[in-house]
Amino acid sequence: MMSNVDHPDNFRYHTARPEWRGVDWKEVFRFRELIWIFAARDLKVRYRQTVVGIAWSLIQPLMTVFVFGILFKAMNANTTASDAPYAVTTLCGLLPWQLFSLSLSNATRSIVLNQPLVTKVYIPRVILPLSSTLPPLVDFLIAFALMVALLAFYSILPSSTLLLVPLMVAYALLASIACSLWLSALNALYRDVEYAVPFLIQIGLFASPIVYESSVVMERIPEMWRWAYWLNPMAGVAEGFRWAILGNELPSIQYLSLSFAMVVFIFVTGMFYFRRMERHFADRI
Amino acid sequence: MTNVAIRLEDLGKKYRIGAKQPYHRLSEQMTDWAAGMLRLPGKLTKSNREEQQPRSDGEFWALRHINVEIVQGEVVGIIGRNGAGKSTLLKLLSRITEPTEGRIGIRGRVGSLLEVGTGFHPELTGRENVFLGGAILGMRRNEVKQKFDEIIEFSGVGPFLDTPLKRYSSGMQVRLCFAVAAHLEPEILIVDEVLAVGDAEFQQKCLGKMDDVATSGRTVLFVSHDLSNIERLCSKCMLLEQGRLAMFDEVHQVVENYSSYGSISTPVEQQLAELPENEFIRLNSVRVFQKNVETNSLLNGDPFDVEIQCKVFKTHPQLRVCLELFDPMGNMAFVSYHDAVDREQHKLSIGHANLRATVPGNLLAPGNFSLRIGASIFRQFTLTGRHVHVPINLARSGRVDIDLDVPRYVAPFWPEVLWAQEQGDGD
Repeated sequence: MMSNVDHPDNFRYHTARPEWRGVDWKEVFRFRELIWIFAARDLKVRYRQTVVGIAWSLIQPLMTVFVFGILFKAMNANTTASDAPYAVTTLCGLLPWQLFSLSLSNATRSIVLNQPLVTKVYIPRVILPLSSTLPPLVDFLIAFALMVALLAFYSILPSSTLLLVPLMVAYALLASIACSLWLSALNALYRDVEYAVPFLIQIGLFASPIVYESSVVMERIPEMWRWAYWLNPMAGVAEGFRWAILGNELPSIQYLSLSFAMVVFIFVTGMFYFRRMERHFADRI
Repeated sequence: MTNVAIRLEDLGKKYRIGAKQPYHRLSEQMTDWAAGMLRLPGKLTKSNREEQQPRSDGEFWALRHINVEIVQGEVVGIIGRNGAGKSTLLKLLSRITEPTEGRIGIRGRVGSLLEVGTGFHPELTGRENVFLGGAILGMRRNEVKQKFDEIIEFSGVGPFLDTPLKRYSSGMQVRLCFAVAAHLEPEILIVDEVLAVGDAEFQQKCLGKMDDVATSGRTVLFVSHDLSNIERLCSKCMLLEQGRLAMFDEVHQVVENYSSYGSISTPVEQQLAELPENEFIRLNSVRVFQKNVETNSLLNGDPFDVEIQCKVFKTHPQLRVCLELFDPMGNMAFVSYHDAVDREQHKLSIGHANLRATVPGNLLAPGNFSLRIGASIFRQFTLTGRHVHVPINLARSGRVDIDLDVPRYVAPFWPEVLWAQEQGDGD
């Protein structure tokens, strides 16, 4: 049943409500099947009429590792601190980064791409960005298999923290959902956002410890400004991931909690912003 | 106590129009935020904004002051001309957009069908689309599964179930989409004009389905331009006019009233005065004569004249004055242009012009018709907006002499048809 009773005479009232409210998760739960159905739709449709299909999710991280490997080698720059080979360390960062960046760019456009849905039926609109963060999980799993192969190739034994990888995946998803709430709602109203996002993602790749380790950068930042680096929500995710797979030394707990706090902050504010803007989608999109 | 399913209380929806729509400007938003952060006196900024509201690039009320209670199980038709607010009302009811003022109370699960095929994906197969479309309309997966065979049977696309939708003919697509929607079983069903799709046979099937729904005790709101469908399906009817609720009553009453639109429409003089300005032509008067007497109550057996006085400011090869006639159901019966007979001779030149159109007798059935008079640059743009509506009433007088008493309007035309008869010897 869709009806929720919030009035003594059983009436559900809809009014113009200017006040700030968070996303109604109870309602989202009632529509949960739709999240899967949309995610499945996107997956089924995505590689139709491509030649290599799903292999794209392998080619992208591989090429990135390769390009940066060559680049840093040529520059004679040492960007890793641990003993693990460069390819492994970088792939550890690239896995969550790819998950984040793919779902973010999908989710940003999700409201606009589903314009007919937004203007012709009622569904909790938050389902659109939510469901578009899921298909990149499949890419992640495939790339993760590559990761395992690479570990075997270098005969690296992962530490027991490997069991925490699912938790780190959830962390990465939370970060991308948090940002998606803001960006998808903003994009519905100001189309500028979808042009800015690829650019932001490009910057993010360098601003986060993806193709390098944070400890290498930390040494070069004046001590009083080091915290600023960790305002980046993905900084914590990437290092956490590397730690879970390789058992690297973790950055200090203050830094990590700062990064995590940012994720929570963006998530909570995004929830309210999305709900606030949601009521304009159908009229303004 | 009657069981009210839907209650609209002083409902209103305002839209912003103008070139700057639909995006509100980022800069404007930012100054708003900045003002908020600096804690500028909230009242001051608010009242400023209120004053700005009636700007010319501004706003209009698509709906306002709507107060209605709909009892559970009623099938309610919604009629009105284009732009009267029908779609806005449906969007508000289905929660797609929020009201600007007032509120909507709803008891029960709402399913809305504002467009056939919303969310269907061309790359997915028919089978996949049934589940997708069902979920979008609010059906559970199990519900769709249960009704799956029924849906497929109704749509008649069985052999193509595993073919991508994009390979379907458009007729098949529509049938599949409607089939899914038709099996939605909410307590309150909201349907926009979706029956206007598909071939005649399928339309009948859909109407049959709507009949089932209507008699199953569910509350239905149904928009259509086809008044005969409205009369067939609905028990009550809302008439919207320019965002206001003009009538809400028993269906035949409303339809009749809407047909004889004159009783609610604005006087012709006022319509003429409110016509948009243009550089080509101004209509000064529109009058109807029969036997040289000015009247709107006509006899259907005799011809009548429509006299249009206008002033032309600028000539144009395609400048035309048109006369349209609408039947009591609101369908156009015919359209005629002032220069239809001889374009050279009837070309409008600068200055005053007096046009006279004669509609023959023994042509129209008795009933409340309406004339629409306007001017346009033919096939390019209209010069008179919505045109001038002139209600006329035709009473029965024609030589068509039958004893059959037709109580209600059945068709727009009632010409003298000549019958011949040859009889055999009877063996």
